[in-house]
Amino acid sequence: MASTDTTPAARDGGDLAGLEAGLDALETVPEGRTPLRRTLLDKVLPPVLAVLLVLAVWQALVSFRIVDDPSRLPAPLDVWDVVRRSWLQGELLGYIWTSVSRGLLGFCFALLIGTPLGLLVARVRFVRAALGPILSGLQSLPSVAWVPPAVIWLGLNNSMMYAVILLGAVPSIANGLVSGVDQVPPLFLRAGRTLGATGLKGTWHIVLPAALPGYVAGLKQGWAFSWRSLMAAEIIASFPDLGVGLGQLLENGRNASDMAMVFEAILLILVVGIAIDLLIFSPLERWVLRSRGLLVRS
Amino acid sequence: MATTLATAADDTAVAAHAARIEHVSKSFAGPAGTQLVLDDITLDVGPGEFVTLLGASGCGKSTLLNLVAGLDRPSSGAITTDGRPALMFQEHALFPWLTAGKNIELALRLRGVPKAERRGKAEELLDLVRLGGAYGKRVHELSGGMRQRVAMARALAQESRLLLMDEPFAALDAITRDVLHDELTRIWRTANEDAPATGGLSVLFVTHNVREAVRLADRVVLLSSRPGRVAREWTVGIPHPRRIEDTAVAELSVEITEELRGEIRRHGQH
Repeated sequence: MASTDTTPAARDGGDLAGLEAGLDALETVPEGRTPLRRTLLDKVLPPVLAVLLVLAVWQALVSFRIVDDPSRLPAPLDVWDVVRRSWLQGELLGYIWTSVSRGLLGFCFALLIGTPLGLLVARVRFVRAALGPILSGLQSLPSVAWVPPAVIWLGLNNSMMYAVILLGAVPSIANGLVSGVDQVPPLFLRAGRTLGATGLKGTWHIVLPAALPGYVAGLKQGWAFSWRSLMAAEIIASFPDLGVGLGQLLENGRNASDMAMVFEAILLILVVGIAIDLLIFSPLERWVLRSRGLLVRS
Repeated sequence: MATTLATAADDTAVAAHAARIEHVSKSFAGPAGTQLVLDDITLDVGPGEFVTLLGASGCGKSTLLNLVAGLDRPSSGAITTDGRPALMFQEHALFPWLTAGKNIELALRLRGVPKAERRGKAEELLDLVRLGGAYGKRVHELSGGMRQRVAMARALAQESRLLLMDEPFAALDAITRDVLHDELTRIWRTANEDAPATGGLSVLFVTHNVREAVRLADRVVLLSSRPGRVAREWTVGIPHPRRIEDTAVAELSVEITEELRGEIRRHGQH
């Protein structure tokens, strides 16, 4: 033993460092970014082509007089004209903003209620047994069903809209968080406990970040539900004093038998729903997954 | 028998034992009634000592490690450790939402290290496992061997005097495992060189790899299976630095393997 005590780590020190550096270099795969051209070809081109195809079929139906009644099917250009006119009159952004501001504000309330609720259901056994099945059940109830009672309870006003949004989005958000927490690998919890993350510290440092992918998926679904329930509420409970949102626009079009306006409203509802998802929720989800190495590049 | 999980109160004094396991038994309620997994285990890990627990499947070695880590309680008997032990798993168990450096900083933070000191300490620890440039790397960007080294750095960040290791290299390829053996030996010996100042570092290492056990340990403890009992102990007198292919390591491994096979054969006889 005496001979080794004089040469502690020195003998194999330098050698080992070089060996390790070599192994690290061999086993690390360099990650590159996909070139922009490739992204355009793979991700942007196919949906654009699909939309063009739909437009072409639509135009063909009108041009070849297969549907020969503008009050049933207006030409794409007529719809575009209506959209352009309401843009030039400065009303278009107003419609969109009325609905989007309602939707996002309602969604934020849903977030404030759904998050602690989900955490309680996930972490407290009694609350889970009591509320878990109700939350899952509510998730499958179409939130349109809440419009009539909300109108009776709250009247025709904005709070009724928010109530409908909340009832649509809160179960999704809470359930997303619950399933996120349930899917936290037990290994992380054990590792956290040995590091001293117990109780609230464990929830904050380990459980919540580990549950983030499920939570974000819940948010995404929650937004989709919010938007749908809001449109339903706006269509059913249209009232001039409430301001004209996209749902009211659709209802106004129906009342005026103006099919171009109906199409305009449907297209705007679709586009706004997709845009919010593409601008807020998809990037959020991609960021969460990519930073954990969960997003495999196709 | 009292079931206690005590922690040495005096932090500065060097305790006589890094871990003391006294008459510990553990049983679990299974489908076929209560199953005894560990039966009357008594085992000490001295300050600065490297002990490997060796055994076939079903010897309860991981259960024993969980008990020492305080993740579970013994059915009877007592376990005393010198402070809270650090634990390393077969899987790296690094948190994928944090970078390599932030994983280590979380360990420091949970131990109460002030914010200003964390970054420097984390970089020091990464240097120690020779991953100086990996601070900002995400877990998935690291190779298997690098992840285990970061996990080692995170365990060391706890500045515990006892490091528990549950087959930490079992999932690695042979070349990487060999390098990490050298690395672990180096870190353990360096920590014990200035032992009086730091209190030293003891290791309790679980494995089913006989060569690995002999390559690393001061003492090899063989556990029998179902229930786990201490079957035999060997003191490994082979001087460091050792290599896994050393003749002395091989000779002792052959002897221990014979004994291990004997233990396993007993189970086929009834």
